Amino acid sequence: MKPPKFEYHAPSTLDEALALLARYNGDAKLLAGGQSLVPLLNFRLARPAALIDLNRITSLAYIREHDGHVRLGAMTRQRAIEFSPVVARRLPLLREATRWVGHLPIRSRGTIGGSIAHADPSAEYPAVLTALEGEVVARGPKGERTLSSGALFETYLTTTLAPDEILTEVRLPVMPEGAGWAFEELARRHGDFAIVGVAAAVWRSGGRVTARLATAGAGGTPRRLRAAEEIVERDGLGAAAIEAAGRRASELVEPDADIHASADYRRHLAGVLTERALKRAAERAA
Amino acid sequence: MTAATVRLTVNGAAREGRCEPRKLLVDFLREDLGLTGTHVGCEHGICGACTVLINGDAARSCLMLAVQADGAEITTVEGLMRDGRLHPLQEAFREHHGLQCGFCTPGMLLTALDLLRTNPSPSEQEVREGISAVLCRCTGYHGIVKAVRAAAVTLAPSR
Repeated sequence: MKPPKFEYHAPSTLDEALALLARYNGDAKLLAGGQSLVPLLNFRLARPAALIDLNRITSLAYIREHDGHVRLGAMTRQRAIEFSPVVARRLPLLREATRWVGHLPIRSRGTIGGSIAHADPSAEYPAVLTALEGEVVARGPKGERTLSSGALFETYLTTTLAPDEILTEVRLPVMPEGAGWAFEELARRHGDFAIVGVAAAVWRSGGRVTARLATAGAGGTPRRLRAAEEIVERDGLGAAAIEAAGRRASELVEPDADIHASADYRRHLAGVLTERALKRAAERAA
Repeated sequence: MTAATVRLTVNGAAREGRCEPRKLLVDFLREDLGLTGTHVGCEHGICGACTVLINGDAARSCLMLAVQADGAEITTVEGLMRDGRLHPLQEAFREHHGLQCGFCTPGMLLTALDLLRTNPSPSEQEVREGISAVLCRCTGYHGIVKAVRAAAVTLAPSR
């Protein structure tokens, strides 16, 4: 099928985009990489009065290291993240997760801001944002605010962003030197949406272990697995503790069933993938 | 909705057309510019038949509006031949039976070209992962994998 009619705007500044968004009062859609929105338009599942194309706002595409964080402009392409030396050095978990996002031709256009604002529960970036305790910046008519993952994701494809706000930046704390990481995922075929994915990071400092775990595809929003993290933080990164953390992970998630997998299968996967991710992250950690 | 003018470079030549903003790039290439080598398959980014290079990077032309390509440089399958000779990657596809019905071939070629640019000597696994972006319903994947690996050798810069 082909997209329905819409008015098209391609502003070159964020202020123009915000003014347009306010003018349409909720009837306009923001077009980022288009890898989810354009299929919805082609199927006519989305019929917005207007599209506000963010692709000409060059100031929204950047990767900068600043004050212990990496700041990624919302329009930074997944492909740019995949090949960024800053991301490879400071956020290896984000780099590994990126290779699970669709395929290279999808990543040529897809953006980090679009992926997070779309809030598909099986998407990889929301899980990474959750695991690394990152924040997003949203700009609206009343100014700027920052939101944690917990404050942003509400449920399936739904965030707490207001209709007149634009997600402008993603801020992720630099991973500590010597941190280990892994992104594990099961999909029917490479590049398909995740049935379940698990993001993991671990690091040691002063004889103590810190662990970070979050899921994709095991519920309506990404889920931080704090009680599973606590097991390896208390008992260390040995095989028995990692196995116990995996078991705990499968108890923590609240997955739903759909055409791809039953809730029980997703619960099982959350445990298996948590164990695998922790094992691989521990091997990589200094 | 009024038509917009789209000016872009396709296979090295400046081209121009007028279309509605809702027109997909793939339909603009085929219907307005007469370049029917790029195929329309699923129209929702799954099959990869419509893959072209946009400013050098492979991307789905069914997931982009023609107006978004204003000012861009596009390479389609028609742009691969040089001086009347097939591109080495096309030669490899012919040599290794990398196509049967040919429907996925334009998308396969441009996807493989991008893969070889980002990873000039891919392993078999990496080739399989790379071309998983395009569906071949003749299931002729073995020949395609062989062709891409052979082209990697031909295209490798001499050392």
